[in-house]
Amino acid sequence: MSGENFLFSVFALLTCGGAIAVVVSQTVVRMAFWLVISLGSTAALFFLANADFVGAAQLLIYVGGTLVLLVFGVMLTASGPYMKIGTSAGETVVAGLIGLLFLFVVLSSVSGVKWREPVVVSAENIATGAVGNTLRPLGLSFLGARPDLSVSEPDQAGRTGYLLPFEIVSIHLLVVLIGASYLARAKRRAEPVDQAA
Amino acid sequence: MAADLNAYLLVGTVLFVCGVICMATKRNGIGVLMGVELVLNGANVNFVAFSRHTDLGLDGQVFSLFVIVLAAAEAAMALAIALNFYNNHLTIDVDRANKLKG
Repeated sequence: MSGENFLFSVFALLTCGGAIAVVVSQTVVRMAFWLVISLGSTAALFFLANADFVGAAQLLIYVGGTLVLLVFGVMLTASGPYMKIGTSAGETVVAGLIGLLFLFVVLSSVSGVKWREPVVVSAENIATGAVGNTLRPLGLSFLGARPDLSVSEPDQAGRTGYLLPFEIVSIHLLVVLIGASYLARAKRRAEPVDQAA
Repeated sequence: MAADLNAYLLVGTVLFVCGVICMATKRNGIGVLMGVELVLNGANVNFVAFSRHTDLGLDGQVFSLFVIVLAAAEAAMALAIALNFYNNHLTIDVDRANKLKG
């Protein structure tokens, strides 16, 4: 078993096990912990798939930003220490069965497809990190240039970069974060019902 | 297990199914949001796997970057809604959100 396969097995087990643990956990704090494990292992899988920049972005933005935001949400919406919100056993069984059925359907349909030919990645390319070094091509594609494509080929003419989606997403992020922080501003908390006069 | 395309797709599918079960069964609102994050990560694993193993090239990685950014914005928005709900009802149980029931 080669090194890449062994590392892939380890991180795939961590990812899937963490995701299953998120579903099974009873308290939301433990769910947050297992979600951190799962998403960190997903970043490792991205690094193994020669997507270095996406893996780094996953660690920075997802694990270091979005998950921390979720943990803050858990802290700010905490109920009393002895109140447990759980689902009934019947609902859990039905949900588990439907999930397993969906998993089986998707896997059986996907494993029978013959995908298009893979990109040839040689051993020395991987060893020097030349294939995973996607930062410059990604940056140039966000500016509108596509250095990885040759526009002269007939089926790839017109495949420009991603400048317009980049601008749209930047404005979108700004607007959504301003809106979210306005929506979550400090307001007077509602009085508990049993203290009403 | 060989790190080929089907293995990556299996990981993506498991993440997706776990996220959907999380969204469907959790009563805590933040738990539902964690299910959404799992679903989006399953899609990201799919995109990066196709970028590596087929001739999709850089498009898969660009798309997964967009997914990460949009998921961060959506998580912030959903958290603001959850905080407002908690401030109004003093509980984060989604089963108590029945004021709009016909």
